[in-house]
Amino acid sequence: MAAPDGASGMSCLQTIQDYGLRAIGIGERLLPREGFTLCEQFTLIGSGMIWNVYFGLTALVLGFFFATALALGKASPRWWLRKPSTWFIFVFRGSPLFIQFFFAYFLFLSLKSHYPFFDPFSSAWLGALIVLFFNTSAYSAEIFHGALQSIPKGDVEAADAYGLSGWARFRRVIWPTTLRLAWPAYTNEAIFLFHATTLVFISSFPAWQQRGDALYYAGYFADKTFNPFIPYPILAFYFILLTLVIIGAYGVVNRRLNRHLPSANRPKLRWRFNMIR
Amino acid sequence: MNLYWSVLTVLALLAITAPAALLFGFGGATAARSRVAPLRWFGKTYIAVVRGVPDVAFFLFFVIALDQGIEYLRHHALCPEWTDPIRQGNDFLVCQAAKMPLGTAPQWVHETYGFALAVLTFAIVFGAFAANVLFGAMRAVPRAQLETAESYGMNSRQIFRRVLVPQMWVYALPGLGNLWMVLIKATPLLFLLGVEDIVYWARELGGAETPRFTDYPHGDWRVWYFLALLVFYLIFTRISEVVIDRAMKRLTLGQATTGGEQQRKLA
Repeated sequence: MAAPDGASGMSCLQTIQDYGLRAIGIGERLLPREGFTLCEQFTLIGSGMIWNVYFGLTALVLGFFFATALALGKASPRWWLRKPSTWFIFVFRGSPLFIQFFFAYFLFLSLKSHYPFFDPFSSAWLGALIVLFFNTSAYSAEIFHGALQSIPKGDVEAADAYGLSGWARFRRVIWPTTLRLAWPAYTNEAIFLFHATTLVFISSFPAWQQRGDALYYAGYFADKTFNPFIPYPILAFYFILLTLVIIGAYGVVNRRLNRHLPSANRPKLRWRFNMIR
Repeated sequence: MNLYWSVLTVLALLAITAPAALLFGFGGATAARSRVAPLRWFGKTYIAVVRGVPDVAFFLFFVIALDQGIEYLRHHALCPEWTDPIRQGNDFLVCQAAKMPLGTAPQWVHETYGFALAVLTFAIVFGAFAANVLFGAMRAVPRAQLETAESYGMNSRQIFRRVLVPQMWVYALPGLGNLWMVLIKATPLLFLLGVEDIVYWARELGGAETPRFTDYPHGDWRVWYFLALLVFYLIFTRISEVVIDRAMKRLTLGQATTGGEQQRKLA
């Protein structure tokens, strides 16, 4: 445990300097080996959160657009759009993300041995990101598709009556309404996605030079100290914090999407935490 | 041979965990709506804490925590004369007699113990989700049904057993169905708990570089093994979807819901 003398405040700053960006390879090369202080655990696990945020945020932003396309595809009357979208959504929602990671990793590995182009795909920053991107796209597309189906008939008829059609009708009426209806469920999806990012390094993607995510470091400490009661609660603390930030950010968007509605009708954001996919 | 065994392991896990989680859930939900305040707090905290934290972390946490907890209790019961602290720096030390399972125990005991820990962990985590679903379902049973039961002179225990519990399933089934899907998709995490499940074997058998398997005349087949797993899970979830749909139709029969009303009109 940490030496409770006056210098510990200073040494903690030093630890933050050494290990604050360790997860992306900046700072001290070797991980602490013994005499783990609370400060070291907090710093390293927090540094690992960089990866969780990177994976979650990038997949979410890219996935948003792809999900919109998939949802429209699934709702399309043309079979050559509808079938592929439906299958894509089924495959990624119907199988465990954990297996998807494994499969993708070994797929990229064997592709890499034939084509050098696939070199970066077997490392986590790209390979795992692609899996997460496809996965969240499928889940979000299902949510958007459900919302698309439940747009009030009157709204679309009103748009028709105003002479809106095609792109203009989609952009001004259908899309905003879809988002408005889908937003509470989409908030949950974002929370699940960030939780799911913890699977990256414990599935097969290697943490190159011990640059891993928060769970990777928490597992490292639990392994070395045989004491799960400190690193995992720290991890939980970071994730609860992250979840609160997500809820806050999505709440802002939700208010903006609903700003034209009389306040009593506004759907309250309801969040349900945490399911594995 | 071991590969087939591991598929059975996964199926056995599902077969044991689903009822166990349901039991935990039922207990949690009943506790959460109890009249006794500490019991209610316990139920609500259980639901809130387990659902608020990434469950992978829980899977990693509970296995060590349960193992150490059991050994700690046995240590106190079996070796009262032991005076050294159990946590010495980075070590967790208990006396030989308190080791779980005993160091001298045969291999199958070790494996069964590991499997039992896995089941318990799954049951604790998924029990919290099930508790949440059942808690909502118990609240969804129409007030009028319960009031009618009261007016027939049933006491609260009778109402719970004869009216509330039989009727809540129709409200709980969509949620429980989702949970079942999630549970299926969580089974690969067995691998993390150290049980030799299908993920383990897909990695081992498919891999070519491990010296143990150099007899295998093929290259890296892990892609195909994992593709097979992917398809296995897809089929499994698809079948579950169909079965849950059927069960929902069956449960809706004669219930005081719009679905039940529709079925009544069609009949």
